[in-house]
Amino acid sequence: MPHSLSAQDVTTPGGLLLVLAILIPFIGMLIGFVFGGGKAMRVALATLAVGLAIVIAIAKALVQSGDAVIYILGGWMPPLGVALRADGLSVVMLLAIAVVICGIGVYARADFGSPSGVKEARAPLTFWLLLLAVWGSLNLVFVSGDLFTLYVALELLTFAAVPLVSLDGRSETVRSALRYLLYALLGSVLYLLGAVLLYGVYGTLDIPLLAMRVRPEPVAWAALALMISGLLAKTALFPLHLWLPPAHAGAPAAASAVLSGLVIKGSWFLAVRLWFDVFAGVVTLPSAQTLGTLGAAAILVGNVVALRQTRLKLLIAYSTVAQIGYLFLMFPLATGLSSAGLDSAVAVNGGMLQAISHAMAKAAMFMAAGLIYTTLGHDRVADLRGMTSTLPMTVLAFALAGASLIGLPPSGGFLAKWLLISAAITTLQWWWALLMLVGGLLTSVYVFIVVVRSLAPAHDGWKPKLPVPRYQQAAVLALALCSFLLGAAVLCPLDVMQIGRTVSRNTLLP
Amino acid sequence: MTLALAVDIGLALLILAMAAWTIAVRDTFASVIGFVTYGLLLTLVWVRLALPDVALTEAAMGGGLTGALLIGAAARLRRTEATVRERPGVFTRTLAAVLSATVTAALSFCVLNLPDPAPTLAPGAAAKLGSTGVGNPVTAVLLAYRSMDTLLEAIVVLIALFGVWSLAHDRFWGGCPQLRTHADSEGILAYFARILPPIGIIVGVYIFWIGADFPGGKFQGATILAAMWLLVIGAGLAHFPPVSQAWLRILLVAGPLVFMAIGFAGIVTAGAVFAYPDGFAKPLILAIEIALMPTLVLALALLVAGAPQRMPPQ
Amino acid sequence: MNGPTLFGLCAAALIGFGLYGLIVNPQPLRKIIGFNIIGSGVFLLFGTIARRGAAAGMGGDPVPQALLITGIVVAFSATALAVALLLRLFDEGGVVTLVSEASPTEAKADPPDA
Repeated sequence: MPHSLSAQDVTTPGGLLLVLAILIPFIGMLIGFVFGGGKAMRVALATLAVGLAIVIAIAKALVQSGDAVIYILGGWMPPLGVALRADGLSVVMLLAIAVVICGIGVYARADFGSPSGVKEARAPLTFWLLLLAVWGSLNLVFVSGDLFTLYVALELLTFAAVPLVSLDGRSETVRSALRYLLYALLGSVLYLLGAVLLYGVYGTLDIPLLAMRVRPEPVAWAALALMISGLLAKTALFPLHLWLPPAHAGAPAAASAVLSGLVIKGSWFLAVRLWFDVFAGVVTLPSAQTLGTLGAAAILVGNVVALRQTRLKLLIAYSTVAQIGYLFLMFPLATGLSSAGLDSAVAVNGGMLQAISHAMAKAAMFMAAGLIYTTLGHDRVADLRGMTSTLPMTVLAFALAGASLIGLPPSGGFLAKWLLISAAITTLQWWWALLMLVGGLLTSVYVFIVVVRSLAPAHDGWKPKLPVPRYQQAAVLALALCSFLLGAAVLCPLDVMQIGRTVSRNTLLP
Repeated sequence: MTLALAVDIGLALLILAMAAWTIAVRDTFASVIGFVTYGLLLTLVWVRLALPDVALTEAAMGGGLTGALLIGAAARLRRTEATVRERPGVFTRTLAAVLSATVTAALSFCVLNLPDPAPTLAPGAAAKLGSTGVGNPVTAVLLAYRSMDTLLEAIVVLIALFGVWSLAHDRFWGGCPQLRTHADSEGILAYFARILPPIGIIVGVYIFWIGADFPGGKFQGATILAAMWLLVIGAGLAHFPPVSQAWLRILLVAGPLVFMAIGFAGIVTAGAVFAYPDGFAKPLILAIEIALMPTLVLALALLVAGAPQRMPPQ
Repeated sequence: MNGPTLFGLCAAALIGFGLYGLIVNPQPLRKIIGFNIIGSGVFLLFGTIARRGAAAGMGGDPVPQALLITGIVVAFSATALAVALLLRLFDEGGVVTLVSEASPTEAKADPPDA
């Protein structure tokens, strides 16, 4: 970005929408807090609708201009000022997260409505305020172009996510929340340390400027190692995953969906941003292989431990540990492609699709488990009899979401794995392809077990503990269907994800 | 070796010794006291580095409020100290020591190899300072060049406060936070609580007011005012308002909302969000700071106070 | 060696100390203190970078100074949230430890009374 350009030249049409995508959720949160009580939920739902419209408008601006959407805040050009920047990767994440958040919002109306007779209840108010806070923070992660603003975004995300874990106040969940917070704080402080080093050497925190200035030298390697390790702790990649299962499984279903489907994608996306944009000229294939190896271990350990779970929610949480592993296979594959002088877009697109389809599928699965719990009064995998006849839509949603995690066609998971496997074959890294197939096989076993158990007929005279509203079931099924049909993205005439990514591609090529 | 360098070396060694003791000492309460002392010593380093804005923040926030928070927690946890005895084994400790030493060694290498001359944005910040109307470049960064960060920071504080409040028991929701002190209304604390606040308020408002042109500003001023409020409450001379109180909620959100309103007005008046029209930068920056002040004072004090713990008297 | 470099090395050591304390000390409050020591080390490193950037008649680069103030406020908020969780845990059971009674794989996964 040459300095002779003024801010007006750099800001693109639709740039203002990026500011709105970040601030509208926070404004909704502040207004909801002032009104409090049942009004907080109505404010939150209205904010979801407005926010979704803004995100769609950003996507339109991106596709129409065929280039990244940029906004220079306050007219102060980087490096002194801060820029917001949405390329194809950002926009795809913005869209996917908006869809999932809206699905969760519809679902949560039943669980977090204000109880009658009480002016304001603690858990519902907290849930709606923090749902909006998570959304604003994630949007900030996707569009911020400055490493320090991204640090603030990471902390916002952490502070919004941790109280969701302990929403019910049982000591076990408070302990999980504290453990999660300590991991997350260590993660962000390591990230900040890396950013500080970069500023000390290159004198800027702006991502495009850094991408031009960073050279392969010890300080850059140290910054890369610190920042990526910090983000791994926050994303819960093996072996830093121990905090995740109890935290995600102990939260109420809608909160679990937020945590497992959305929150971990924030720190993962930032790792992608650093790896492919900031450090494109610094990363090496062996370092990428290290990330891939951790991902491989996560896939094997997460799936095997998931198979041994007796509780449905813990099973789903361990499946998240495994799915996070897939998210890190794109690093060796994309780096392998670019170090062979090839276009890394196939692998990057595969990784992004994996993240999106997992966000939708995992949110649907956790919410399906919540409905099953409401109906049965427990979530023991061994005793799911009668579920298919009582909650047919929910069991179908679970199966469809499961199919996407396994990678059956035409799901988003299938397309993601297909892209990743083809990248593995192109770069002769066949072991990653083998691993993905083994992981899919293990996943299919526990999805199959759950579905088969729920097909068993109920005992005579068994009655649901509590009825489940149809719209909750519909919201879950809609998210599962989104994930299952995401493979149709292959029909999209335009490679949306790669729009506005020319800067990094040029630096990737030797 | 110059005298100044000798002083610096002494200070650095003292800080390292204090940090090591804070980590190694068995008793948690002693560790907290060590940490507070460490925070005060660190303030001296900021003075030695000639960074007065940071020195003020570190003294007020890092030493003061964080210290109050940790001392309060340690005092309550003291009884359970004896029950926690699972120390990690030799293997974990060795691993941790190797990891920490590696990080320190790598960072030391980076510090010794920082480029000379150092890259800096000071000339750029100085060149644009005139158009912001403020004299203190740090305030210009906080409220003009990078005002988005400052807005988000105020939101961070509020979200942390929502998180703290969410840890209330359901039966106390809508109630008041409480400091767990056993204050004697005639005791020494009450005496200080009557004497100090007028002075503290003057100092806090002064630091806030001069921040536009000299070291200081809203964060430092707000921290001092928050400390004064906590002192008065700690001495039993006042109480926290209930968390459902309408005026409390309005003041808490007023800062960020005014900030955003002025920011968005910039689209019409100056062509960009968070831009200021020519000649109006300084009054608008002051308006934002004044609106943020009550938000920060209340939020910082309430973060120390913790979750609501009793219902308001009917 | 000059002042900023000396304090930069001091910061590197503080980060190592804090990291060790965070990993090794079992009590959550001690971990929170460890986190704060790491944080202050990072801030000190940033401070030395600010000091090295003194130019244009300024005693230090103002951008890192402003970011430091933001960072210190965020670290305080984090500490407050962590302490609140800790005290709630104390209220619930009296024993404050991060180790669950059950092993993580068998931990209870009940949602609240649905």
